[in-house]
Amino acid sequence: MISIIDIKTGNVANINKILNGKITLDPETIEKSDKIVFPGVGSLDYVNNIIKPVKNILLKKINDGTPYLGICLGLEVLYEKSDEGNTGGLNIFNGRIKRFSGIKTPHMGWNTVTIKRDSPLFNGIKDNSYFYFMHSYYREIDGNTVAETEYNINFSSAVNRSSVYAVQFHPEKSGENGIKLLKNFRDLL
Amino acid sequence: MLAKRIIAALDVINDSVVKGINFENIRNVDNPVELAKRYEKEGIDEIVFLDITATNEKRNILKELARKVASEIYIPFTAGGGITSIEAALDIIKNGADKIFINTYGIENPEIIIKLSDVLGSANTVIAIDAKYENNNYYVYSHGGKVNTHKNVIEWAKTVEDYGAGEILATSINYDGTMDGYDNNLIKLLSDKVNIPVIASGGAGKPEDFLNVFRSGADGALAASIFHYKKYGIMEIKNYLKENDINVRL
Repeated sequence: MISIIDIKTGNVANINKILNGKITLDPETIEKSDKIVFPGVGSLDYVNNIIKPVKNILLKKINDGTPYLGICLGLEVLYEKSDEGNTGGLNIFNGRIKRFSGIKTPHMGWNTVTIKRDSPLFNGIKDNSYFYFMHSYYREIDGNTVAETEYNINFSSAVNRSSVYAVQFHPEKSGENGIKLLKNFRDLL
Repeated sequence: MLAKRIIAALDVINDSVVKGINFENIRNVDNPVELAKRYEKEGIDEIVFLDITATNEKRNILKELARKVASEIYIPFTAGGGITSIEAALDIIKNGADKIFINTYGIENPEIIIKLSDVLGSANTVIAIDAKYENNNYYVYSHGGKVNTHKNVIEWAKTVEDYGAGEILATSINYDGTMDGYDNNLIKLLSDKVNIPVIASGGAGKPEDFLNVFRSGADGALAASIFHYKKYGIMEIKNYLKENDINVRL
């Protein structure tokens, strides 16, 4: 069973339509799940506050190797520090989430995603396909970068390390390509 | 490269989509969920739903609409019209909308924009501005384009940006429903003065109108009649833009 973390602001209806999981904030349900999806609408401090009761179980599951897919804020929350808010992230990945500068912010709309490294998430998806972005903060290119996107600078539009996957765009809002990516995560062994 | 967005506007009353001319003279055209699906298939980049009677009659159908639409389409959509509380905004987002927009509510309670962007995130908080050009000035109108607030549009846009708005949806009351082209001057002024995306609305009637408004700095162009009445296909417009060096998602 796939747990979709209920962050109370998340647009999870059509994520769940593809994954057929459970939208939940219940520690026992999350504990028992085979995969975890962290959807992404909201501000970091707000979401940190919502997930407080399940933060430890979430960390334990991720560290135990349960496949995790972070979407937008679900990517940003993986990192140690952020320019947004005061509460930081889950510290699964080192480094800082930064705010765009010198260009219209948020980065909003359909942009191309350039695949830099093979990943099962992008199976059957053409390089430089369009995905929908809606964010003000980003992770720079680093050793976990799987795909990148250009908006004034090149940033990480998808990252992966072992069973931790995250995308900065919204697959649930990116038409056929996004549906394919969600199915790829669902079908991971 | 970030693509310029073509956005379909669906003005909704109860379960029907309507389109007014200069905000009056309302006509029924179709079912909102079916229309949204049709537009998605035809290549639209985004959809905006506006509950056009809500501001005056204080009803709220957007939450239910968001739920129905969200399970049927896989492109982003924004909903607004008559939102008067953070709870109502959150409810709409929770039911699947990607962004909400407010207009009169934000004018009457500017601090609500700060609260909304804190909870939803800036990227999900859109401010709609109805602008009317008169006496050599762009004025902000509230209450569905009926009341002149005497605020200057550019000043108001800068204020909402400071308060955390993530996008401006700027409708020209003068051009809305005319199909004579967007108010390119308004969009140029806004794009030059704010550092958040600007969506142009009101006046689209032919592919050249999209080209001109994108050249004026719009990040997205919203239209209704041109699509509803199948005057031009969405891909026809996008192909025209591509030929003229505007980056679009094909």
